[in-house]
Amino acid sequence: MTGEAHRGARGGAPSQGAPHRGARRGLALRAERLTLGYGGRSVVAGLDLDVAPGEILVVLGPSGCGKSTLLRAFAGLLRPVSGGVLADGAEVSGPSADRALMFQDDALLPWRTARRNVELALALRGVPRRERRRAALGWLGRVGLADAAGRLPRELSGGMRQRVQLARTLAAGPRAVLMDEPFGALDAQTRASMQRLLLDVLDGAPATVVFVTHDVDEALLLGHRVVVLGPDGVAAEFPVPASRDAVLAALGAGASRLKEAV
Amino acid sequence: MSGLHRTRPRRDGLYRWPVRAASLLAALGVWQLVTAADLRVWVRFDRFPGPVDVVREFGRQVEHGQYWQDVTQSLVRILTGFALAAVLGVALGVATGRSRWVGDVLQPLFEVARPIPAIALVPVAILLFPANEQGIVFITFAAAFFPVLVSTRHAVKALPVVWEDAVRTLGGGRWRVLARVVLPGVLPGVFGGLSIGMGVAWICVISAEMISGDFGVGYRTWQAYTIVDYPGVLVGMATIGLLGWLTSASVELAGRRLTRWLPREGER
Repeated sequence: MTGEAHRGARGGAPSQGAPHRGARRGLALRAERLTLGYGGRSVVAGLDLDVAPGEILVVLGPSGCGKSTLLRAFAGLLRPVSGGVLADGAEVSGPSADRALMFQDDALLPWRTARRNVELALALRGVPRRERRRAALGWLGRVGLADAAGRLPRELSGGMRQRVQLARTLAAGPRAVLMDEPFGALDAQTRASMQRLLLDVLDGAPATVVFVTHDVDEALLLGHRVVVLGPDGVAAEFPVPASRDAVLAALGAGASRLKEAV
Repeated sequence: MSGLHRTRPRRDGLYRWPVRAASLLAALGVWQLVTAADLRVWVRFDRFPGPVDVVREFGRQVEHGQYWQDVTQSLVRILTGFALAAVLGVALGVATGRSRWVGDVLQPLFEVARPIPAIALVPVAILLFPANEQGIVFITFAAAFFPVLVSTRHAVKALPVVWEDAVRTLGGGRWRVLARVVLPGVLPGVFGGLSIGMGVAWICVISAEMISGDFGVGYRTWQAYTIVDYPGVLVGMATIGLLGWLTSASVELAGRRLTRWLPREGER
C-alpha cells in the first residue's frame, strides 16, 4: 500500500531530472586500508569497508570517530594519508558529481533561490539552460517545495533548506549519495518527515547511499546495513534484519500522514 | 517558518525628516549669523564668507563652462582610477587569497607598498608618467587599490568552505568554483572595500590636483585660495563634498542591490 503510494509519487517526477536513472546502478564503494588525517593526526586508521551497489549503509559512531572524515574521502574532497578509496574499482582522486555529498546544514548558496540552487547541480552536469528550470522545479516538487522555488535560503526554515539540499544533491544525478548527518540539526518531527522523504525519493533511484548519523533509530530505519565506527576501524557491523518495506508498512497510517505533511 | 526574516516598512522615518532638515537649516543660520556679525572670539569669522556669499558665487560659477569642465575632469580622473583599482583589487585579492603561490609572490610587495600614503607618491608619479593626467589617475588608483585588495582577500579567506565543497561534489571544477562560489560570495566584503576606496580616492584626487593639476575641482579650489577668493574656495569644497557623496552613494546602492541575499540586520 505504502509502496504503491511511493511509485505514484515517483511517476510524477520529471524525466529530465533523472534521465539515466533506469539504466544506471549505484557505485560500488570501497575503502582499502584507508588512513585519513589532518595535519599529522590520523582520524581514521587502516579502515577496510565495502559498500555494495545500491546499498544504504549507515555509519554510526561517537563524535570524532572519523565518520565525516570518511565521507569526505569517499567524496574525493580529502586525500588519504595512506591506503585508498575505490569507486567501481577505480581509484578516487578527486570530487565528482557521481559521488555527491549532502551536508548537515548551510551548504546552499545563499544568493541563489531554492530553484537556482537546484539548477546549479543541473548546470554543472551540462543540462541545457532551457531544461534546467523545469527539471529543477520537478525536483523541488518531489521534496514538496514547489511553492518555495523563488525563495532565498534565508527565507526558508532549516527543514526546508535541507529539502532543497536533498533536491540539489539528487539533481546532480549521483550514483552514490554521501550524507553527513543531513537531518542532525532538525527537530524530531521534521526529521521523521525528511527520513520518509529520503526513502521515497531513493525508491527507484538505485544509488548507493552512505549515511552518517549518531541516531540509532535513524540508522535502523534507513539502513540496509549498519556499521559502527570505532577508533580502530569498523568496531561492529549489523545487517538490518527487517526489510525496509516491512518497516514502512509497520509505520503505516502514521507514515502517510507524515508524507502529507511534507 | 522560524527562518523567515522580513523587513518592516520604515514608517517612523517619515516623521524624522523634518528634524533632520531643521538641523541642517539651523547650522546654515548659525553660519550666516557669525559671518554677518564678523565674530572674532579666537576663531575669526570676519573674513569668512557666509552662506549667502557662497550661494551667490556658486550661482555665478555654474553658468560658466569652466566649472563643469573642472567637475568633468575630476570625475573622469576619479572614475578611471577607481575602476582600475576595483578590477585589479578584486582580481589580485582573489588570486592572492586563493593561490598560495601567487600570495607568496605578490603579498610581500603589497605589504611593503601599502603603508605608503598614496599622496606621497606624487613625486614618483611625476617621474614615472609623461603626462600630469596619468599621474593623477595613478595616485587615485593607488589610493583605492589597497582597501579593495585587502577586503577582497579577507572575504576570500572567510568564505565558508562548505559552499566550495558542495559545488565541487556537484561536479564543479576550479573555474566553476571561482565563478559560482568565490566571486558572488566575496561581494559583500568587496563592496566594503569599494566604499572605503571611493573615500580615499577623493582625498587623493583632490590633493593631487591641488599639487600638480591644470584643471579639476581640487586645482580650482586651491587656485581660488591663492587669489584670495574665499567664496570660490567654499564653492570648491561644497562641490567636492557633493561629488563625493554622489559617488559613495552610487557604490552603496550598487552594493545593496547585488547583495540582497544577505541576512538583514534588525532595523535601526
